[in-house]
Amino acid sequence: MSVVIDVLSALCLVAGSFFCLTGGIGLIRMPDFYTRMHAASIVETLGAGLILLGLMLEAGLTLISVKLAMVGLLVFFASPTASHALARAAFLRGLMPELAKAEDASSKP
Amino acid sequence: MIHSFSALIALFIFWLLLSGMYTPFLVAAGAGSAVAVLLIAHRMDVVDHEGHPIHLAWHAFFSYWPWLVKEIIFSAWDVSKRIWHPSLPISPSLAEFVPTQNTDMGLVIHANSITLTPGTISIEVAQGRFLVHALTREGAAGLAGSEMDRRCTSMEVK
Amino acid sequence: MSVFAAVALALLVTITLALARAAMGPTVFDRLQAANTIGTCAMMLLAVLGFLGGRPEFLDLALVYGLLNVIGVIAVLKFFRRGDLGDPGHHPAAEKAAR
Repeated sequence: MSVVIDVLSALCLVAGSFFCLTGGIGLIRMPDFYTRMHAASIVETLGAGLILLGLMLEAGLTLISVKLAMVGLLVFFASPTASHALARAAFLRGLMPELAKAEDASSKP
Repeated sequence: MIHSFSALIALFIFWLLLSGMYTPFLVAAGAGSAVAVLLIAHRMDVVDHEGHPIHLAWHAFFSYWPWLVKEIIFSAWDVSKRIWHPSLPISPSLAEFVPTQNTDMGLVIHANSITLTPGTISIEVAQGRFLVHALTREGAAGLAGSEMDRRCTSMEVK
Repeated sequence: MSVFAAVALALLVTITLALARAAMGPTVFDRLQAANTIGTCAMMLLAVLGFLGGRPEFLDLALVYGLLNVIGVIAVLKFFRRGDLGDPGHHPAAEKAAR
């Protein structure tokens, strides 16, 4: 049983690191501020969430897991507020997003 | 009154969980801190159904959050695929639409959920007007009258 | 090499990428966004380091770091918008007190 938990936790940790790296690459590759924000929100939701889940599986039912859950709740509630404040401040400052031209390129991945 | 009481209990449990040491002095200090924080919160006038929304807890835990987590996973996967794709297939768009919530609480939940989902970010939030930046044209088109909108409104009336 | 070390390495690479964006970033908002991402990653790094060294007390540091990160971003934004941290904005209670 403990082997299963170990494997699950390792999978979660590896997947979380992958999404964190994806967000980091996105921060470099994306063309303007607003699109970079979407990349950063991957780090804050799925990256952080999966790493915390992996650590929680490793810790089991202890106070450590409770603290990890608190860290998770903090990220879950505070990061969208900070992102929204940033986006709104940038918009009110007059930073306009680069919008796609009407129907030029297909946006299917 | 019921909000003060539940806030007090929540603060005290928060102390107990963070401390992890249960000597009489530390437990008493925790109780004292919880009362002090509650008094300060009363002075700031934030202990009410908005600052401490216990009436939403049940529905939020068992129905809304699981759905939101599923939604976050799917959209994060979609955005990740676009980031790794060599030609970076994005079509950033702005969408303006009318949310169906009436209370501030519902609007905040809806706007926070939009921002939490990778691929969409709420820029301006007001009664009857949301301005949202989306990474793709499809994402922008699917915002008005979405499932998220419907779920937030149904949670608000409960 | 344990899986925790691999996660710590990935987080360090992410922090480096965000740092590059903070150095390049054309606008101040790009730099703030990068700082926010670095904060989130540092929080995760603290939690993972606690497990790597077998010292779970690091989690308390992660919690405090997360709180400071959010407050820091909001404070810098407020400073840029108003040029003052003490301005209460349009809060009804504050306006009543000022009268």
